Amino acid sequence: MSQRFDFSVNGKPVSVALDNEATPLLNVLRNELGLMGTRFGCGLEQCGCCMVLIDGEPVKSCNRDVSTLAGKTVTTIEGIGSHERPHPLQQAFLDEQAGQCGYCLAGILISAKALLEKNPSPTRKEIALALDGNICRCGSHNRIMRAVEKAAAVMRAGERA
Amino acid sequence: MNAPILPPILNDNPVLDRWVSFPAPGMVTVNTGRVELGQGVLTAMLQVGADELDVDKSRITICSGVTGVTANEGYTAGSHSIQTGAVALRQALADVRSLFLTQAAAIMNCDVAELSIRDGGILRNGASTGQDYWTLAGAIDLSTKATGLGKRKAVADFTSIGHDTPRLDLPAKIFGDAAFIHDMKLPGMVHARVVRQPNRGATIGTVDEAAIQRAAKGPVDFVRTGDFLAIVGNNELSVDLAGAAAVDRVTWNNVETPTPLQQESTWLLQRPSVDKVIGDPEPADPQGRQRFEATFTRGYVAHASISPSCGLALLTDGKMTVWTHCQGVYPLRGALSRMLKMEPSDIIVHHVQGSGCYGHNGADDAAADAAIIAQQMPGTPIRVRWRREEEFVYEPKSPGMVVKVRALIDENGKPSDWTQEIWSGNHNGRPGGGSSLLGEEALPGYVPLPPANEVPEAAGGGATRNGDPLYDIPQKRMIHHKIEEPPVRLSSLRGLGATANGFAMESCIDELAERASMDPVAYRLSIISDPRARGVIEKAAAMANWQPNAPGGEGHGRGFAFARYKNKAAYFACVVELDVEEEITVRHVWCATDAGLVVSPDGALNQIEGGIIQAISWVTKEQVRFDNDAPTGTVSFDWETYPVLKFSEVPEIEMALLNTKDEVPLGVGEVAGGPIAGAIGNAVYHALGARIHHLPLTRDRIMATLLQG
Ligand code: FES
Ligand code: FES
Repeated sequence: MSQRFDFSVNGKPVSVALDNEATPLLNVLRNELGLMGTRFGCGLEQCGCCMVLIDGEPVKSCNRDVSTLAGKTVTTIEGIGSHERPHPLQQAFLDEQAGQCGYCLAGILISAKALLEKNPSPTRKEIALALDGNICRCGSHNRIMRAVEKAAAVMRAGERA
Repeated sequence: MNAPILPPILNDNPVLDRWVSFPAPGMVTVNTGRVELGQGVLTAMLQVGADELDVDKSRITICSGVTGVTANEGYTAGSHSIQTGAVALRQALADVRSLFLTQAAAIMNCDVAELSIRDGGILRNGASTGQDYWTLAGAIDLSTKATGLGKRKAVADFTSIGHDTPRLDLPAKIFGDAAFIHDMKLPGMVHARVVRQPNRGATIGTVDEAAIQRAAKGPVDFVRTGDFLAIVGNNELSVDLAGAAAVDRVTWNNVETPTPLQQESTWLLQRPSVDKVIGDPEPADPQGRQRFEATFTRGYVAHASISPSCGLALLTDGKMTVWTHCQGVYPLRGALSRMLKMEPSDIIVHHVQGSGCYGHNGADDAAADAAIIAQQMPGTPIRVRWRREEEFVYEPKSPGMVVKVRALIDENGKPSDWTQEIWSGNHNGRPGGGSSLLGEEALPGYVPLPPANEVPEAAGGGATRNGDPLYDIPQKRMIHHKIEEPPVRLSSLRGLGATANGFAMESCIDELAERASMDPVAYRLSIISDPRARGVIEKAAAMANWQPNAPGGEGHGRGFAFARYKNKAAYFACVVELDVEEEITVRHVWCATDAGLVVSPDGALNQIEGGIIQAISWVTKEQVRFDNDAPTGTVSFDWETYPVLKFSEVPEIEMALLNTKDEVPLGVGEVAGGPIAGAIGNAVYHALGARIHHLPLTRDRIMATLLQG
């Protein structure tokens, strides 16, 4: 018996019919809604590839049951900016060429966005700690942290302007 | 006149249309057999195309890794892409450029010397002629062979090569597009998970299909051939749940899994081996000369790619099409042909990007899984994605190694004789190298292949990689014991044997320096004459403001190390600064690399930095652990049981590139492993006054050393 689940993704209401109410949000995003930017890395809440924002909080979506989302707003990598209108974080990642294979980046951008919303001028250490839930196996860490610092500066300047 | 010698890859793939085509006015397609693994190779090839053809980068599309279309360049591995792949592409394009110029000169009845090309347009004495690649293309037959007569551009004339170029592939990953093979969807595609055979020769006992169906919470089907069992279905979650449940609901006979004893590389010392001496015979009687001897080990290491492997396959009309993120589409096609009993010409293999692999991970095997299932289900596209645990347990591991160094020391304290004796399983487990695909081992009638050969010395060796010191030592040799029956499946990981050999060699060089009462940097400079080696050693020491004989101790230390990767690729020297309490915290790394001509300096630095961070992770944390009481025998199966370096553990890294305008590029992607391992070992010695001989340098080993001291 399929059941309906209603919540919002990237500012739009969605309604999905699923047989299994324990379907993880990650599966819904990728397989029902066609949003492929949120990646599968472990399914064990260990790597951060599947990070999304739920009501602004960073959450690993691979074990988050869809049934817990009623009335909540979900933001994925596709929702924070686009090729045409990049988020300052995305622009900074491009400018710093922050990434090698790039598989980790979507999750990291989400974690970084959550950090900068709480703390607009994080230290390098605070950035590192905020990203410790995200694994990068390629060793792009320093570029990524530089990009987050740069985006933070751009965003602060934007606030002031 | 003798015909020029073609670069080897071009010699193997001489037909020019394998390298370039002009599909529509204003457009160029450059083909490369190299594949994107996160190292930026497609962007590098774009730069090569722009320079050698004199067209703007925006006109070029790169086509990469498709059998029957792109050149067969073997594997994208071993830091060869620029060193050999780009050189072949440059010559092919230079030949093509010259064909066009000759044709234009014939039409205009002028001398080729009067002509040049700007953004694809032909100029005569600098003025536009109305002719361009696209007006001329119809008259030029690119199905001819390269001659090597086209003149490659001089380094001084490059406008793209040597300049930082933004990566082609990064935007899609930063904006969350469907950038990876994992994101592919084919019409009518079904998902599949394999119930893995625990080891070669194990046979299925019972399958509790009802329990697996219940766990799936939705319809799934079973596909079985021999001892290869897969679960397929339309709903990925159901297939995932069934796949996970099947681990306990399928019983196996003849299970033989690795033991805790086998986890330690010293186990190799007692095993039968194929032995080889490379170099001078070892002197029988060292005749009173001073002798130095030490033994080092390194455990088994995982590639630990961030995404589990994925493969897609579809059998239609007798043709098998496979999509894979492996490193070599042609070698995989060859292995699939053997496994599927199909002609290579009936198999098409496409490369699609995955996450970084750093060598031979599960990619080929996931593609093989998909192809096995597709053969059983003609007409249905199959998508296999391994589970996280499956990737950790079943990816081929980087071999554990034992390295014994014996040196004789002359009256000046310099090494006069060097033996590097190496025990290791094979670093060459690639499907095209003579090894089976994983799923193949479970198929009916499987006959094991004879043990594959190790990577030949001419290609840099496997276990022996960087076991031959570049220092000026009059007599030297490597003794290689190749262990034919390792406890787990093995293959190539970034740097192959260079990490263990570098750790051993550079540790010993520091020991000899101490015996000679010399500073480690000054000692290295006193025994190496290669000017480029001296260049990186001096530069790294200067960058770090290295103070000769600076006192260490109290848990804080600095270490130095050097290597030229494979003794023929890039030169690399580094200083590592670290703290040791119960664990090692690397604080700072300074390094100098001489890779000769660099296509994209920023890209090279990105690769080098990634290699440094990964090597720190290997050396301070990583070892695959075995326990035959556990269901799969491998107890490192996720990110908690196999931790890697985290953001908060990454040091500051300062890097310099030397000689970037040299004519010849030297492979750079794997330079860091050996020297970083050596420098960390030396810094730990500096910090503790005691040397740890076994990698990884874990808390247990540090505590044991501290207690002894
Ligand atoms: S996929 Fe969710 S944390 Fe790894
Ligand atoms: S860039 Fe490959 S895992 Fe981070």
